[in-house]
Amino acid sequence: MNTDVINPEQGNRKFLAKLEEREVDVQACYQCGRCSAGCPITEFFDITTMEAVRLAAYGMEDILLRSKTIWLCAACETCATRCPNDIDIAVLMDVLRELALRKGVEPAEPRVAAFHSSFLGSIEHWGRAYEIGLIAAFKIRSGDYTGDMNLGMKMFSKGKLSLMPHSVKGKQEIKKIFSGKGKEYER
Amino acid sequence: MKLSYYPGCSLQGTALDYDQSVREFCSLVGVELVEIPDWNCCGASSAHMTRHEVGMRLPMRNLLLAAELGLDILVPCAACFQRLKAAEKSLREAPEYWDVERYQGNCRIIHISTFLASQAINEAIQQRISNLLKGMKLGCYYGCLSLRHPKITGVSNFEQPESLETIVRYVGAEPVPWSHRTECCSGSLTMARPDIARRLVGDLVEAAVRAGADALVTDCPMCQVNVESRQMDMAGGPRLPVYFVTELINAALTGDYPAKQKRLHLVDAGVLSAVMQENHRSREETV
Repeated sequence: MNTDVINPEQGNRKFLAKLEEREVDVQACYQCGRCSAGCPITEFFDITTMEAVRLAAYGMEDILLRSKTIWLCAACETCATRCPNDIDIAVLMDVLRELALRKGVEPAEPRVAAFHSSFLGSIEHWGRAYEIGLIAAFKIRSGDYTGDMNLGMKMFSKGKLSLMPHSVKGKQEIKKIFSGKGKEYER
Repeated sequence: MKLSYYPGCSLQGTALDYDQSVREFCSLVGVELVEIPDWNCCGASSAHMTRHEVGMRLPMRNLLLAAELGLDILVPCAACFQRLKAAEKSLREAPEYWDVERYQGNCRIIHISTFLASQAINEAIQQRISNLLKGMKLGCYYGCLSLRHPKITGVSNFEQPESLETIVRYVGAEPVPWSHRTECCSGSLTMARPDIARRLVGDLVEAAVRAGADALVTDCPMCQVNVESRQMDMAGGPRLPVYFVTELINAALTGDYPAKQKRLHLVDAGVLSAVMQENHRSREETV
């Protein structure tokens, strides 16, 4: 439990505006705790889901962006589904991860961030997931060369990991999507 | 019946047997599938988790391609289904926001279990069912994304879904009541944090064993590979194979569970063959 004194006047208004724009009404939280109670990953979090929602309501962006929680959230959407005030907590987590990356905040769970960028790199390049390529990229980014080797070999021997990428024809369209089309409007 | 088909990336890789079984099932019951030409990855889950714009525009490209075919879209992957639905919602509400002039959206996005549990498919199954799965106890495992968030998926009984149980009953097997049907398998965390994946998978496998399940059955390719692979290095060894729902139906329809399909599992999937053999034997004895 975080016992630091929080001054809402120091809250980041731009962050709150962003949440409003994405229709995440963190102010509606009355701390019932159902989000945390149903979270399957809660024991691994450094900030519980209900704390994260309250910190967000105070605009305490920095604490959240530096947390492990935003990276360990598996996006299962149990919290958002069960929230009696219909706060879209899963989208809150999406917004926080995106902000952390855009602001260059070092991810508290670098392996998870490495996975996401490896996965997206593969999509950006081929248009579809290329598993062996993304596994290689993840290993290079994370420095974990031996993890899941046995599993990888098994999957390969069963023909479930293709050596060749599955590429789309509309690569230019995919590149355009990744190039930040629409970003002009700061969404 | 003719449907557009969006297989998604998993079904070209770790779940390629799921793809084969979906296609086989559809040809068995006379449903024609037209694969969406040049479909791309829906981005799940990394895109929507870290880059909102990309996470919306990737599935939107698929929807616009599918709109040209003008058919309802069959989606076997839970994550793809949820992303396509999210994109559809936003396209309908604000097409101009996504630089699309107008989105008619006449094509429904249909998740595989909704399709399989429908009356029409039930009738097609009943016509040729072998009843060889009788007595097989199955834990129906839904995971997350075909259900949540209901404002996206449109599912009403998202805490107590029934579609997989309905299908399991259609094919003459027995669904067991159990606790972890809609719990998370850890999704895309599995590669970065296998320790967390093992914990989540361990819990749900334990719960299914406790409920008396012989195996699990799922409609999510991510759940299937996570739950099988993360049992491999568990103390005491793996306990339950995870069948794709269409794999199970095909076995019931054709009366055959091919050895080459069984070998594609990471966990010994012999229980299905054993149940079928047993039922064969007792049927012959009665005759």
